[in-house]
Amino acid sequence: MTNTIADIEQADVILVTGSNTTENHPVLSTVIKRAVKFRGAKLIVVDPRRIKLTEFAHLWLRPNLGTDVAWINGLMHVILKEKLNKADFIANRTEGFDALSKMLEKYTPDFVEGITGIPAENLEAAAKMFAGAKAGSILYCMGITQHISGTDNVKSLANLAMITGHLGAPGTGVNPLRGQNNVQGACDMGGLPNVYTAYQPVADLAMARKMEEAWGVTGLSTQPGLTVTKMLPKAHAGELKALYIIGENPMLSDADLNHVEKSLKHLDFLVVQDIFLTETAQMADVVLPSACFAEKDGTFSNTERRVQRVRQAVTAPGQAKEDWWITAQIASRMGYPMQYADSRAIFEEIARVTPSYAGISYRRIEDEGLHWPCPTEEHPGTPILHTQQFTRGKGLFHAIEWIPPAEQVDEEYPLYLTTGRLLYQYHTGTMTMKSEDLNERAPESFVEISGKDAAKYNLQDGDQVTIASRRGEIRVRVRIQDKAVEGTVFIPFHFAQGAANQLTNGALDPVSGIPEFKVCAVKIGKAA
Amino acid sequence: MSTQTLTINGRDLSFEPGETILAVARRHHIDIPTLCHLKGATPTGACRICVVEVSGAQNLITACNTPAAAGLVVQTESAAVVAARKQIIQLMLGSGNHNCAVRGSDHQEWTSFQVKVQGEDGSSQLCPVWGDCRLQDLAYRYQVSAERFDAGPARYAMETVNPFIVRDFSRCIQCGRCVQACNEVQVNNAIQFGYKGPEAKIITPGDRPLKDSDCVFCGECVQACPVGALVEKDVRYAVRPWETQKTRTTCSYCGVGCQLYLHVRDNKVVKVTGAEVAPNHGSLCVKGRFGYHFINSPERLTDPLIKENGTFRKASWDEALDLVAGKFKQIRDTHGGDSMGVLVSARMTNEENYVAQKFTRAVLKTNNIDHCARL
Ligand code: SF4
Ligand code: SF4
Ligand code: SF4
Ligand code: FES
Repeated sequence: MTNTIADIEQADVILVTGSNTTENHPVLSTVIKRAVKFRGAKLIVVDPRRIKLTEFAHLWLRPNLGTDVAWINGLMHVILKEKLNKADFIANRTEGFDALSKMLEKYTPDFVEGITGIPAENLEAAAKMFAGAKAGSILYCMGITQHISGTDNVKSLANLAMITGHLGAPGTGVNPLRGQNNVQGACDMGGLPNVYTAYQPVADLAMARKMEEAWGVTGLSTQPGLTVTKMLPKAHAGELKALYIIGENPMLSDADLNHVEKSLKHLDFLVVQDIFLTETAQMADVVLPSACFAEKDGTFSNTERRVQRVRQAVTAPGQAKEDWWITAQIASRMGYPMQYADSRAIFEEIARVTPSYAGISYRRIEDEGLHWPCPTEEHPGTPILHTQQFTRGKGLFHAIEWIPPAEQVDEEYPLYLTTGRLLYQYHTGTMTMKSEDLNERAPESFVEISGKDAAKYNLQDGDQVTIASRRGEIRVRVRIQDKAVEGTVFIPFHFAQGAANQLTNGALDPVSGIPEFKVCAVKIGKAA
Repeated sequence: MSTQTLTINGRDLSFEPGETILAVARRHHIDIPTLCHLKGATPTGACRICVVEVSGAQNLITACNTPAAAGLVVQTESAAVVAARKQIIQLMLGSGNHNCAVRGSDHQEWTSFQVKVQGEDGSSQLCPVWGDCRLQDLAYRYQVSAERFDAGPARYAMETVNPFIVRDFSRCIQCGRCVQACNEVQVNNAIQFGYKGPEAKIITPGDRPLKDSDCVFCGECVQACPVGALVEKDVRYAVRPWETQKTRTTCSYCGVGCQLYLHVRDNKVVKVTGAEVAPNHGSLCVKGRFGYHFINSPERLTDPLIKENGTFRKASWDEALDLVAGKFKQIRDTHGGDSMGVLVSARMTNEENYVAQKFTRAVLKTNNIDHCARL
């Protein structure tokens, strides 16, 4: 997030899109709800489902799936036409505005309505509400990123924030909500194919030299590596021979599961390190038992870039060990001695090679976490990014055209499917499904469908149905819910039985490598 | 800036415009007891335990919702204040199944009361929260007992039908903190005050059980309840605070990173509460508060496993690590580092992610590292 969680309460208008916040980031959603209920903030929700937050919204825009760039461009079109853009911010802090404004000409409310299904007057009202506010905050989640146009969607939201000057000040910002607890940290630490810690590029020779010196090695590759969505096809083709998977379960979380299984089977050697024998671990040649969060010391970085302590409360069961210990042991046994006394010693090394973490230490975050960038020991941390300038200096507008999603409905597959999470479960369920009480609230997979669609396909609440896409078929129970909107069904992706990702489309965003989980075409019928 | 002052217990204290008498007193470490007052919510003045004496005023006034004013002369523990508080506490204690040690010492009366409560409660122990109760603390502080208060049968049956929270109306003192917590902190709007007078009860719309209401089981109300009226189901009569130790850590579910306490007994997490610091200021959601059973699950992996002929067998660390290191080395040296890949996790700590990427780059000699969070 460019701003902090508490800072959302400073906003005059909050735009939430592609985030079912009350279920996926429940405590953060309380900040939004309080801002609306007690501080008079306006709320605009843009979401294809009638999520809980729409009950608090002043405006709910309901776009067709995969049309985000279109409605964002539409908002900007109206803002320019009404001269609600922030001219001085654009002049002083950005570049590329002319190309953008030219491209926006054709995104009239009527044109956008044709693509998105959002009534022109609602789009205009939203544009005025957002641009007219003193401070406007944008919050988004996977509903924006899990598309072939995910990167375009994010850039378009940045355009919208810059054009209205809603950046770099309290109550503003472009704020991605991280779905899993330490996604932010995994990225910050260089758990990505193209960067070391703090996003220092691997392709930069000087960077490689710096790391070689810090780590006492030679020959670090300056060739960016493969994303997970590229690794699996390579495994399938036999080019990737070994995979070391730590704490992940791609057998349930990946798009097009049938393909994942085949790919993993092609590997010469699969090592899985986890706390449970997950679907993925069952396919491994060697399984290594890890300690869970309650059994170890360390840090997590939350979605607002706050580095916070993790502390050991209990000892791990049996022989299970901290993940860092296991990895360091493998390294040492391969002839590269890696020895750390404890997690604190590792953190001190992180601070040495990571400019944005350089000023952070366990001592400083004992009571309360710090927001990176925090370059020196005296630095108070940075709750709000880009207050003076952007990382690259001037903010760059990207003129981005809308492209349709990879898969469209047709006669054979007449319904759109979108996927997501439930309040009572988490990700692939390896942790939450061990709580009987959570399972009681969310015991099994289901398909959420609108009353109208249910009538059309002659379905009753509780019926067993089969849902099929071009890639697979699953059986689930029907839930008729007013959250659903006609023409689109929803399936949570947590469950191994009735796994939504048997159906989803593996088509990737060309830049981020994120699959289009949020849109595919399906058909539905009563189970035989 | 502000030089306005008021006098509390003979001390001249300055205050900011808008501050309540309670806030000024707390800032200066003067302890005025409260029950219904909930930080971050509008004061309701429901319980009146915070009454203070203000010179010149006809009646005692509630400190939690009365703004400080220049020249006020306030006594926080005068005879009149203490008498009023005693009466409030006694009424509360007498209102329900408050079967802790402060109830009284008349042997006969205690026994019959205890038998009644045990019958309604299905437990032979004292109140599930004794030793961890604001009302009990206050009764002790003001030396109040509820002897000779005849507690008739509980008006409303306990609600135990949801998996997370037991609602015991017989111990409810109608302070309304749960209502504030639900409506003003979490804004889930699931509960409210219902019925009037002696029938009063905290209800969901239509007085349905929580599980059939808008309740999302965040447990904010449980954490706010000062007595034993709202208790976690798994904790009730099973865990006592003096048996546990608390460790503060960060929630392992979503990216909000709520700060929480793990309450541990015999090396087992038995309860979770929210910590009163940023970013969550005490709040949690159902996963953070109730989703801890996986930690102690019998299905946890306890030993390294090696697959032989399609089935796993247990192995020692030495054997498993040597096997993995040997295989990785062989594949790297035969096919090159780029024939290998590492997937790290958003559930690992920063330190573990760092070590994993260092291993990938420095030892395997490839940049094929990614995490599944894009999924
Ligand atoms: S658990 Fe949460 S939602 Fe349910 S009544 Fe309590 S505060 Fe409200
Ligand atoms: S349930 Fe607890 S918090 Fe709610 S009114 Fe009763 S005593 Fe107060
Ligand atoms: S308690 Fe809930 S909202 Fe808070 S970090 Fe955990 S999962 Fe997220
Ligand atoms: S604490 Fe002031 S009235 Fe209850």
